[in-house]
Amino acid sequence: MENPIPVTEPQKGRRSFKLPSTMESVTEVEAAAEKLTQSSGMDEDDSFRVVMAVREAAVNAVLHGNGYDPNKQISVSFENTGKSLVITIADEGEGLDPAKIPDPLAPENLLRGTGRGIFLIRSFLDEVHFRQLYPGTELTLVKHLTPAEGKDTNQNLDTK
Amino acid sequence: MALSISTRQLDGVTILDLSGRITLGEGSVQLRDAIRDLIGKGEKNILLSLGDVNYIDSSGLGELVSAFTTAKNQNADVKLLNLTKKVKDVLQVTKLYTVFDIYDDEAHAIGSFK
Repeated sequence: MENPIPVTEPQKGRRSFKLPSTMESVTEVEAAAEKLTQSSGMDEDDSFRVVMAVREAAVNAVLHGNGYDPNKQISVSFENTGKSLVITIADEGEGLDPAKIPDPLAPENLLRGTGRGIFLIRSFLDEVHFRQLYPGTELTLVKHLTPAEGKDTNQNLDTK
Repeated sequence: MALSISTRQLDGVTILDLSGRITLGEGSVQLRDAIRDLIGKGEKNILLSLGDVNYIDSSGLGELVSAFTTAKNQNADVKLLNLTKKVKDVLQVTKLYTVFDIYDDEAHAIGSFK
């Protein structure tokens, strides 16, 4: 009898995909985030905040990172670890220095028409990590789950 | 759901009833065009009724702020009516709740322009 072919078990509950730099991709990422939060049992308010943060990150990647360049993609992953929802969104742009983002709550910035996306992401999630890629920027967004949430770690992560 | 805008006049106030989402690519440009059109026509009292706006993103917030500042520069006022919980949440987090005049009652909002 032949030895069975060794296979690597896929990482449970994690889904990754690449998408073109379009607003349709943003809509797709938003829908995937909504499924992730719903399957985690998160309440509506927290779900809204997580989905909004993910959408903002996707817009940043498509618009500010990749500049709608058809030759560049965004890389997205969604994971429910049981303790947290972890979402990563990466672009292939020139990079972003989070330290240089103006504070939108400062009086001189309060009436600016732009510059609130990263602030909203940080406000609505428990952890936000920036990683410089070459090229690009990767954001890792983390929302901790309460003990009552997070039971459904492996289900319903399809984006369609 | 994209943004739909209907306009009505009441006691010298132009009320825009907004419904849907105010986001990049869906409603921000429509809102910008509607406000610029009204201000271009010399309207001074503009009330944005947001009771059916279920979602706003940072781009939509930017449009609200731009509407506010554009109006101020033309000696006009843009005020907000009937915020949904989600829109109120976002306005509070970004401190824009302190910038706008916000009302829950239409008659009260209209009276505030006088």
